[in-house]
Amino acid sequence: MDNALGEPQTILLLGGTSDIGLAIVRELLSPAARTVVLACRNVEKGERAAAGLRHDGLTVDVVAFDGAATDTHEAVVASVVERHGDVDLAIVAFALLGDGEATSRDVAAAAEIAHVNFTGTITATIAVANRMRTQGHGGIVLLSSVAGERVRSANPVYGGTKAGIDGFAQGFGDELAGDGVHMMIVRPGFVHSAMTVGKKAAPFATTPEKVAEVTAKGLRAKRRMVWAPGILRYVFMTLRHVPGPVWRRLPLG
Amino acid sequence: MQAPHRALAGWGRTNATVAEVVEVPNHEVVAALRDAGPRGALVRGLGRSYGDAAQNSGGLVLRLLGAAHQAVLHPERGTVTVPAGVSIDDLLRVIVPRGWFVPVTPGTRFVTIGGAIASDIHGKNHHVEGSFGNHVESLTLLLADGSQVLLGPDQQPALFWATVGGMGLTGIILEATVRLLPIETSRMAVDTIRVPDLDTLFAEMTSPDDDVRYSVAWIDPLAKGRHLGRSVLGRGDHARLDQLSAKAAADPLAYGPHQLVSVPPLVPPMGFINHTTVAAFNEFWFRKAPRRRIGEIQSIGSFFHPLDVVGRWNRVYGAGGMVQYQFVVPFGEEAAMRTVIERLSEAGAASFLAVLKRFGAGNPAPLSFPALGWTLALDVPAASHGLGELLHGLDRIVLDAGGRHYFTKDSHTTPDAIRRGYPRLDEWKAIRDAVDPNGLWQSDLSRRLGLTD
Repeated sequence: MDNALGEPQTILLLGGTSDIGLAIVRELLSPAARTVVLACRNVEKGERAAAGLRHDGLTVDVVAFDGAATDTHEAVVASVVERHGDVDLAIVAFALLGDGEATSRDVAAAAEIAHVNFTGTITATIAVANRMRTQGHGGIVLLSSVAGERVRSANPVYGGTKAGIDGFAQGFGDELAGDGVHMMIVRPGFVHSAMTVGKKAAPFATTPEKVAEVTAKGLRAKRRMVWAPGILRYVFMTLRHVPGPVWRRLPLG
Repeated sequence: MQAPHRALAGWGRTNATVAEVVEVPNHEVVAALRDAGPRGALVRGLGRSYGDAAQNSGGLVLRLLGAAHQAVLHPERGTVTVPAGVSIDDLLRVIVPRGWFVPVTPGTRFVTIGGAIASDIHGKNHHVEGSFGNHVESLTLLLADGSQVLLGPDQQPALFWATVGGMGLTGIILEATVRLLPIETSRMAVDTIRVPDLDTLFAEMTSPDDDVRYSVAWIDPLAKGRHLGRSVLGRGDHARLDQLSAKAAADPLAYGPHQLVSVPPLVPPMGFINHTTVAAFNEFWFRKAPRRRIGEIQSIGSFFHPLDVVGRWNRVYGAGGMVQYQFVVPFGEEAAMRTVIERLSEAGAASFLAVLKRFGAGNPAPLSFPALGWTLALDVPAASHGLGELLHGLDRIVLDAGGRHYFTKDSHTTPDAIRRGYPRLDEWKAIRDAVDPNGLWQSDLSRRLGLTD
């Protein structure tokens, strides 16, 4: 159970090696936290991340989870619940970034990214939400992107999947509100992380820790959507109305 | 929609969870329990517990219908037999005009008799007369297997005391017989004293003057330095007939408490409750109190239930809700109490008056909160920055001093803190598990604090 201070006891990170996901977990750890489950494809890497989180009184469990294997998502959630009880907070943080414009010429690569980022995110989120509806409480943090507002030409496949899950999460969050389940969408800009090493940073680039801070604050205030950094909300409020020919020429990384 | 699912929260309005909520009279409880699924069932009274004690997310929540006219007064024995769903408010309207008073009342009349027993509530008379459970002659408990048992301090005492303070997790209290206090009038004779600091308060509250039936101090948790612990001490007892004016004596047992206003369901403007407004209120309140006033005649409502005059007063804390922090530390640990008040004052966590009270000895119930020592209770807006760190830090001071926290108020603490504060937890669990082997009775509190693991 969450307590009145919004401190979860059990956190499930789907995408258990995600830099941003792990930063959010660290930010949310409190004396009330009892269990963290890292669900990831690379279990070995997950174990290394788990070693960095473990301390007295906190159980950190690593479970195998493949975003692409959509027919396994319900079973993964069920086994986590079986072992650890109610999931208070789930962070949906797995995604493939692809290789920018190269991906949008490669049908197979694009299909894989679309499958994991879009289909996989939707099935995993529904699997978690179904459990939370049964338990009558829970929170879901869904990592979207500023692309949820407008997709850039630099990485349209990745951006398109983020825009898609962003829309899904808005509608699904409204549906869940009456069931005691709170959905919060996080829209980060460019984040310096393992995923973006070697990529050209966009303006207002941020760090996983900053995204985590914004996320924790948003959860305490029961926000529906947060931007990281917060100023991007106003930047994109403007950018979404910029005419196409201008938008294409903007130096957005 | 097949079942009436509703979001339920405690009086602090934090952490709402969704459950199937059903209102039933006592004789339909067993039938209603057939709908209980794997997440079990729980009874909810009037929702005055601050945290998650009366919630059962994803499970079944029953509200017991019961009317005060079903209460049976036994004047010759000085007891009343009352359905558990009846509130103290309704009960007082029946018994006060007949010259009787409840043995213990908390700061609100809007709690049920079942809730009073399950929380083993205390009031201003704890130092003299103990908590509510001390005055329960017998109770009828519905067990998980559908059978009913009559319990009392001399009938299955282990299960009786596990139910007193047992937070509804041993079964459903259907009815109770409670010893009442005879009163000559419906008025209170009250002495009020302004106290400049904490040491003076401790001394005053341990003096023979404090052996009156009712005593409590309202303390300004924002006062600092030499003013730390400044407070207004209120003491009193039920007024005798000869203490009333001729006019009042004409109808000495008149009783009709009113609710003057109700806070509307609007979120107050941002920052309505902040350090400046609260400090100003506390300053005003301290200065308006008389330095010393003896024998003032007050109504039952204004002495015991001042906040009940404003309906839904919990709404002033806005959408973020509030946390109430209440703990007890043993006598001899006054330094720990001082440190807690200092930390709160330094943090400037906007808090209206806190209540400081001297407890007498506890009772045999393993999970009953009151214990010989000092208790402090105060409200803090839940949205306060850094509140988690502050409260978990205070928890350590309280536990290191041999103290503990009150389940009925708690909404933040941890299973470890409960294990340390309640060393008889395992004894209670064993009694509970014997009468509920399949874990029918569950609550959000029991899940959060590991009471029914």
